[in-house]
Amino acid sequence: MTTPAPSITFDLSSLFPDYATADTREGYSGWIIKTNHLVDVATELRDTYGFDHLTSITGVDYFPEELMEVVYHVFNTTGGPVLNFKVQAVRKDPIEVPSLVSVYPGAEFQEREIWDLFGVVFTGHPDLRRILMWEGFAGHPMRKDWKEAYFEEDNKPFKSRWPEGRIVQAEDENKFSDNISYPSNFDPEKWIPEGENALYGALARYDYTNDDGITSDNIVVNLGPQHPSTHGVFRVSAVLDGEIIAQLKPVMGYLHRNHEKIGERNTFLQNMPYTDRLDYLSSLSNNFGYAITVEKLMNIEVPERAEYIRVIMAELTRISNHCMALGALFNDLGTFFTPLIYLLEERELILDIFEAVTGSRMMCNYFRFGGVARDLPEGTLEKIKGLAFERLPRKVDEIDRFMSENEIIRSRGINQGVISAEDAIKYSATGPLLRASGVPYDIRRADPYSIYDRFDFDIAVRKNGDIYDRYMVRLDEMRQSIRIIQQAASSIPEGEIQTGKPQYQVRVPAGESYGRVESPKGELGFYVVSTGKPNPWRYHVRAPSFINLTAYGPMCVGQKIADIVAILGSIDIVLGEVDR
Amino acid sequence: MYGKGILKGLGVTIKRFIDTYLDDIRWLGKRYYKPEGIAHRSSKDSRGIFTIQYPEEKLPSPEEFRFIPFLVYDEGEKGEEIIRCTSCGICAKVCPPQCIWITRTTNPETGRPVPDPAEFYIDADICMNCGLCAEYCPFDAIKMDHDYELASYSRNVLNLQDLKKPASYYEMIRPINSTAEDKARQAKVEAREAAAAKRNE
Repeated sequence: MTTPAPSITFDLSSLFPDYATADTREGYSGWIIKTNHLVDVATELRDTYGFDHLTSITGVDYFPEELMEVVYHVFNTTGGPVLNFKVQAVRKDPIEVPSLVSVYPGAEFQEREIWDLFGVVFTGHPDLRRILMWEGFAGHPMRKDWKEAYFEEDNKPFKSRWPEGRIVQAEDENKFSDNISYPSNFDPEKWIPEGENALYGALARYDYTNDDGITSDNIVVNLGPQHPSTHGVFRVSAVLDGEIIAQLKPVMGYLHRNHEKIGERNTFLQNMPYTDRLDYLSSLSNNFGYAITVEKLMNIEVPERAEYIRVIMAELTRISNHCMALGALFNDLGTFFTPLIYLLEERELILDIFEAVTGSRMMCNYFRFGGVARDLPEGTLEKIKGLAFERLPRKVDEIDRFMSENEIIRSRGINQGVISAEDAIKYSATGPLLRASGVPYDIRRADPYSIYDRFDFDIAVRKNGDIYDRYMVRLDEMRQSIRIIQQAASSIPEGEIQTGKPQYQVRVPAGESYGRVESPKGELGFYVVSTGKPNPWRYHVRAPSFINLTAYGPMCVGQKIADIVAILGSIDIVLGEVDR
Repeated sequence: MYGKGILKGLGVTIKRFIDTYLDDIRWLGKRYYKPEGIAHRSSKDSRGIFTIQYPEEKLPSPEEFRFIPFLVYDEGEKGEEIIRCTSCGICAKVCPPQCIWITRTTNPETGRPVPDPAEFYIDADICMNCGLCAEYCPFDAIKMDHDYELASYSRNVLNLQDLKKPASYYEMIRPINSTAEDKARQAKVEAREAAAAKRNE
């Protein structure tokens, strides 16, 4: 199924002459909306102009200008590029911006993240708590004047390392003196973590009386963060009515390392290996997203051969990721480990190819701005062809035969954890989660990047939006990826693999750019602001598994507690990306 | 019939089970602990059980495999170790987690810097094995190793002595790359000599 991309460029300043002005800063695009009219403009955009999917919200701290900006990206699920608009507020606490949760419920977690990291108060947000840091944490770490515990300098490379460096180990460097901050009046002896109360306060508890006049209470159950079925350090807090889930809130941040702050300390190139660590099961997709975002800013082309290599690698990544995702989902559904091991075998063969090409099995660090790091070694293309033409199609069919008709999979999957198409769009879901609900939205088609417009492939869509359909969508996607690899591997041209000479210090002109790719988990977006210096001013990751979790709570309501695990498995999250 | 799907799935498992034994018989005596057996098990034709019995068996590392950098030195005629590093510091600048420290040698008489590292440290516990240092070194002096068995009781802060490895070792682990780099360096030297000869004429 193809979705034609409408090529209408929206002029918000003529649609809303009183509210919107064009962003005229050098290298910027989009529109600046007056803060108090944000909700009106967003409602109008959604209802009249079809921008029904709010994909990314992020803050930018323009510290020297005393300005705090919140940047929104919306798109139309029938295709087309993203539209970006922003609101600006004076950078003086309290910074207040109206919440968009009433218009786009998918904004919930992202606004909480901005409150957490930037300290922007979203008025009208139903549950504005910290999400990645803990309740009681002092300060907002993404602000430019906030410094971390082992702070050395604002930007890498650090002067101490070169030329007259000295060997210092991190644990010797900071004696808990000058750059750790505590809340005022902080006394560790008397400190009680109040975050838990805030969390439980957010879960609506209620008593009810049944027909016999017996008053009963419901209970709160915590799952994780140390629980083998949560795929990492992920925690779920659920209110149960008997065995039925009445309300559910995910709790995350246990793996938070402030990837974005690290990214702003790094130079543009230094950041590439860090993107591997986001979604560590599909590092090449992360490389892809970051590379095309910075290339957009730098305005450089990628040679033909490099584009083909990129597509082959990204699609192999998708297959290996889905192998892992489906294997873990089967584990969660009770088919313990046999199908996972069968799928890991195929993943293993793909990782062998990654190792031969990029040097590493998981942390590939292979893409460079304007190409890829090195050419395919001799014999690798034959290996890829062998997998794509002979082995993988057979193996995908085998898994289909193995699992699709299994009665247990079907009874635990069909009509469980259902999310309708409207809700999936509303909660900003992307990727297989959105497509399993019947929305044929795939960025490779809707807003093509790289050379995906040259290949013949179908978008995998299913209608019911339940666990089983999410499994089937992933299976179909693997088949389509194999098709893409077959075409790309047969038609890959000879030639250069990088534009210009490899440089360790790239010049990136000032401006902003938002690049997005269809990662195996959903829309992976990078928002980068450059000031022309060697380091990005702002580096934001629109993490698909984080935002897909917004729909997790609503999906679970009314299900049994045992389905929490199955539904989470069907969303396919990776905590490296959720917590960043 | 209820349970048909499960039976169909179990058929797949049984086929796998039988395949393992069939493959064992076909590769009798060669499937395990032999390089060709390991190569077969990690090829597209692999069937049945595919586990590599580490540490008795090891997967061969491909040429591009990278793990912790090392410093290459050329062996002189009298066995002296001529280190290629000029302590220019590009590796320390490009290193994403900033785990490289370099001190330049100074000539004790003149006090001028000499293009040789006096000290060179890599904090291997911080190193993320990204390979950028090796990729951007203009002198082919720092390269990524293949030795991945690094378990130790203390922190791995590697100094110049730990990091030095001969060019012959580099050639052994990366034959294709090292030959290409040698050729490129040779061409550069020849071009420089030709230019010098021209100037002298």
